[in-house]
Amino acid sequence: MSLDLQTVVESLRNNFPDTITDLTSFRGETTLTIKKKRIGEVCNFLKKDFDFKFMVDITALDYLEFKTPRFEVVYYLHRFGLEFDENIRIRLKVVVSEEDLKVDSVVPVWSGADWLEREVYDMFGIEFVGHPDLRRILMPEDYEPFPLRKDFDVRDREASKRSFERALNEGE
Amino acid sequence: MGVNMNSVLGGDGFILTKISEFANWGRKNSLWPMPFGTACCAIEMMGVFASRFDLSRFGAEVARFSPRQADLMIVSGTITYKMASVCRRIYDQMPEPKWVIAMGSCTCGGGPFDSYAVVQGIDEFLPVDVYVGGCPPRPEALIDAVMKIQKKIEMEGAPIV
Repeated sequence: MSLDLQTVVESLRNNFPDTITDLTSFRGETTLTIKKKRIGEVCNFLKKDFDFKFMVDITALDYLEFKTPRFEVVYYLHRFGLEFDENIRIRLKVVVSEEDLKVDSVVPVWSGADWLEREVYDMFGIEFVGHPDLRRILMPEDYEPFPLRKDFDVRDREASKRSFERALNEGE
Repeated sequence: MGVNMNSVLGGDGFILTKISEFANWGRKNSLWPMPFGTACCAIEMMGVFASRFDLSRFGAEVARFSPRQADLMIVSGTITYKMASVCRRIYDQMPEPKWVIAMGSCTCGGGPFDSYAVVQGIDEFLPVDVYVGGCPPRPEALIDAVMKIQKKIEMEGAPIV
């Protein structure tokens, strides 16, 4: 039996009614917007029932004044098929508001999501509930701002300098 | 420095010099670099050490990955603030006298990375002796920098402790 994207989407619709709030397709890329509370279940379902073994990437978007709620967390999943056309890539989105910067972690589903979620936390300050070790991954651990947020000045080096001075003094 | 080849003295000859000049002559011809490569400039630095450009012609081929056995630090590559404290600590571990080459645009002034994470020139936290521009600089440019360091040692020297 050949498996295609349509089957996956239909199955998601049937198993999770009222969970998919938006579905867009652009140039063969399918994006599903999922209700925030259900992301763990949906991911688990996709992995168990449709063999989406590969957590490709997790990233986030900051719309600042262009959209409320302000943030979106994006998940890229991949399924490896035996046939070429059974390779399926799917994109899930979750809307996160500035007041409640918390999303359930998908590390229990894919352990590979560990560092990806840490990166999103580092850059956007979005907290992943249930993550085993949510620390900054790229910036110094005592760094305060979240540099990929749109209200952060990309040339603002003051916080970096403070972290540098602290690291230097601790070493001596 | 003077060389005497007087046959009256047996013909073997002897050298007459000041101890400081003798030390500086030794220092400049046996620089031991500490390669601090963090980006693509490091590839070019490896080229300088390898056979085509061969830094050993200038007595500086003994790349020591321990700062305690080095007297020339070649900082080649983008230095972020997170890396800067490491870079400074390694510099502090090098014994005196020591010299620093800032290799490449990033190291000299941040290069294209005018961002929150990148140091805009390592002279913010290190005393740089020679700056080498370029992205990355040609191996010849780094050789030129090493020769400038040699010139500097010859002219200024360093106190004998």
